Amino acid sequence: MADVELRKVVKMYDNVEAVREIDLAIADHEFVVLVGPSGCGKSTTLRMIAGLEDITGGEISIDGDVVNDVPPKDRDIAMVFQNYALYPHMTVAENMSFGLRLKRFPKAEIKERVDEAARILDIADLLERKPKALSGGQRQRVAMGRAIVRHPKVFLFDEPLSNLDAKLRVQMRIEIKKVHQKVRTTTVYVTHDQVEAMTLADKVVVMNKGKIEQVGSPNDLYHKPATKFVAGFIGSPAMNFIPCQLEETAGKLHVRISDKLTFPLPPERAARYKSISRDDKLLLGLRPEHITDARSNSGPGFESFEERLDVTEPMGMETLIYFPIEGAQICGRANPSAGAQDGAPLKMAVDLNNMHLLNAASGVVI
Amino acid sequence: MADVAINTTSRSAKAGSRARPVSGVRKFFQKKSTVAFFMALPLILLIAILVVYPALYSIHLATLNKSMQRYVGFGNFTFLFTRETFWMVVRQSCLFAITAVIFKAIIGFVAAHFVHNVPANKQRKWRGMLLVPWVVPPAMSTLTWLWLFDPSYSAFNWILAHFSIGPIPWTGDTGWARFAVILVNIWAGAPFFLILYLAALKSVPEQLYEAAAIDGCNWWQRVWFITLPMMRNIIAITALFSLIVTFANFDIVRILTAGGPLDSTHLFATWAFKLGIESSDIPLGASVSLFMFPILAIAAIFILRDINQRGNEAS
Amino acid sequence: MTMAATIDKAGPRRKKKLRSMSHDRKWALRWSYFFLTLFAIFFLFPPLYTVITSLKTSGEISAAVNPWWVYHPTLSNYKELLGSSQFLRFFLNSAMVSICVVIITMLISIPAAFALARMKFWGSATLATGVFLTYLIPDSLLFIPLFKMFAVFHDYTGIQLLNHWYVLVVVYPTLTVPFATWIMIGYFASIPKELDEAAIMDGATWMQTLLRIFVPVALPGIIAATIFAFTVSWAQFLYPLAFTTTTSELVLPVGIITTLIKGDVFNWGQIMTGALLSAAPPLIIYAFLMDYYISGLTAGATKG
Repeated sequence: MADVELRKVVKMYDNVEAVREIDLAIADHEFVVLVGPSGCGKSTTLRMIAGLEDITGGEISIDGDVVNDVPPKDRDIAMVFQNYALYPHMTVAENMSFGLRLKRFPKAEIKERVDEAARILDIADLLERKPKALSGGQRQRVAMGRAIVRHPKVFLFDEPLSNLDAKLRVQMRIEIKKVHQKVRTTTVYVTHDQVEAMTLADKVVVMNKGKIEQVGSPNDLYHKPATKFVAGFIGSPAMNFIPCQLEETAGKLHVRISDKLTFPLPPERAARYKSISRDDKLLLGLRPEHITDARSNSGPGFESFEERLDVTEPMGMETLIYFPIEGAQICGRANPSAGAQDGAPLKMAVDLNNMHLLNAASGVVI
Repeated sequence: MADVAINTTSRSAKAGSRARPVSGVRKFFQKKSTVAFFMALPLILLIAILVVYPALYSIHLATLNKSMQRYVGFGNFTFLFTRETFWMVVRQSCLFAITAVIFKAIIGFVAAHFVHNVPANKQRKWRGMLLVPWVVPPAMSTLTWLWLFDPSYSAFNWILAHFSIGPIPWTGDTGWARFAVILVNIWAGAPFFLILYLAALKSVPEQLYEAAAIDGCNWWQRVWFITLPMMRNIIAITALFSLIVTFANFDIVRILTAGGPLDSTHLFATWAFKLGIESSDIPLGASVSLFMFPILAIAAIFILRDINQRGNEAS
Repeated sequence: MTMAATIDKAGPRRKKKLRSMSHDRKWALRWSYFFLTLFAIFFLFPPLYTVITSLKTSGEISAAVNPWWVYHPTLSNYKELLGSSQFLRFFLNSAMVSICVVIITMLISIPAAFALARMKFWGSATLATGVFLTYLIPDSLLFIPLFKMFAVFHDYTGIQLLNHWYVLVVVYPTLTVPFATWIMIGYFASIPKELDEAAIMDGATWMQTLLRIFVPVALPGIIAATIFAFTVSWAQFLYPLAFTTTTSELVLPVGIITTLIKGDVFNWGQIMTGALLSAAPPLIIYAFLMDYYISGLTAGATKG
């Protein structure tokens, strides 16, 4: 068990900066998920923690020791790979015990640890099989077992679920969470799937273009995104961004999208935004659940308008509605009983209590 | 780097951890590139001492006189240019290599097609039979051909005699001897083409043929518009490879005709052997074998280009 | 009425078309078998003739009877050769040379291929290309300088390599190592990168990764490369012909040709028996390990 700290870590590949001066502190027992689109540097960061990539600049410490020049085998970490990387010529038990055998652990202890891991992962009856004879989910468990038996300071997961089908992925996600609850080892987990990040993490690290965009709990990221990237990346369907400006009419602050669509801000929001210049180009950020049919939603902060729908997607418990505002495609969520229909106008309401206002140029959430 | 190392030491002393710094010398020997270099070192030495050095050495040898006492510059080469035999060897080497490669390629391609045509469970058996010539050491199979071509007991002539043909002087007449060495080379080399072409045929997706059949292609058009273009790369590489090996052939000619009659079937390799080893004129032999070099180099360049292209396409 | 007529007309035509398609296919198959038989005859009659001749006495060989038939089969040629200490010496020499060369080849090419496939170092890409080019350099380009080199080596060190069977152990690796390395690079490159990363995370050194992960996983490739190295060593003809002359140091192909052909006297029965016996080891390996054999010898294209 240990904490991990990254200080101004840089990774260059032939003059291309893959990771740019990132700082990150991971506490003991914490489950941290690095999430971002492909090429954002999340895997590189993980591989630098693992020691599989050299660190170009800055330093990484595990349990208080700088490990920049420590080879992977001496860092006391274990890693689970995307394609599992099970040794095809070894049985499950041999796969799991390989690291221990290299370190010349006594036989009895190896057996004890393998049995313990097998019990945690529920793979005790597979121990004598070869990886070829296992299903995808079983291979995934063995890969985790190989990490667990080592009792490492840190677990590293590199997109471990992306080779599984959707149903199994959900199942294994829960499995990983359970295992973490049992073994409590500090974990760094890389994924491009924001749902995985939200469901697993104690702390989510959103990365983009080699930099950390925001660090926070899943709820923080969802409700208080710091940047446009985070706001758009977390949540599905993604947050809507509508170009807008602020204006003051009759002493009240309004958000103006077009001549037709100008909404007064609720008092709490008006207080927060009143210092913004009226000339700034802004983006109104609204999650789909805050654009709904007017019938089921009203109250302070709700503003209604009517628009012709392009497409509706009935999902059962809700209906996703798509319509254009000022050239942007907007997605909302309506009650299935609201009668939303393709091509038909619908009376809708926006919930401005949950609005976000972004600077259009910098992408910073105000 | 240094301050990082110091940093590590103090920290690990404090934490009493297992993570430890690595000393300079040990680090050098643990470095990936160092380990890799030592792993590849025997290979590098082997190539340097037993391939690159002799190749350069042979250039040096080619500039000496027969007793290897005196430097004669291009003397051996100018001497060769005046010899009628030399030009005959050049012509025969080209004729031998080009004819043999063309026929090997055609036979290999046709045979591969027929093997590909039969049901999959029977292909293995046929393939197994057709590849036998390529498994037998060429020196040994050429002995059998020598026996088949025997001047007095030729089994071919026995058959031909029933049709009132012959006896044919298989290895005794210039034309027939040239034909004989090419025939044996085709026999020994065609299976190699067959196996590579068969593998290439199997890699052409079946859907392409089905699409072509729907578009109304007949058998011949399918071969011409799908099979050949899809196999173009492998056909080229195989042919170039075979060209190098055939051009440098030694065993077959050496055993079948020993270059005769009247040096008419000599290739560079056999003639170089005769001059360099048998007549102990090492410099002259080295000069002759050096003439193989330009042709090999050109073929090698084309092969490398093709392989790089293939690599690029794959990535 | 008209309807029925139309259907009648369409029915048989479609049927006929179907029949003609399967008909075509059947004939294509027959033609394939016919031509394959022709090819098989072309490719197999010389080995067959070797067997036929090996079963004859010299009397029958020189008799004016059908050479394609054995009238009085005998094993006397086999008995005589297998009872000859000279022939057994050739066989032993061949076996020793081939086994040594196989071992040396594997010891050099497996680590080298691992280094080239996995552990990039300065000049590794150039070396990989160099290995491939080396493979393209034929024996007939190098035998003269090598011959002279060994003579000079003797002058300087007093160690005589020429005219000893072990000179072949020295030179054969130039033929086997480049190609074996090339095959192994291909096999190693096909192993997913995560597998060695997993091994490193498990605490393995590079050598342990090679020996405990790569060698077992790439075993088919290693078998193929071994077979290749053995076949090439066993069949080599030019180097032993150039470098060895003393009868006791000869390997099979050269031994058979130089000792069984005495001047103009050809003892064909024994020559064919000898040829057959020396072709036997590769043929046996081929019979049992055909797939490895083929994959090894075709992995990057080889002699033809």
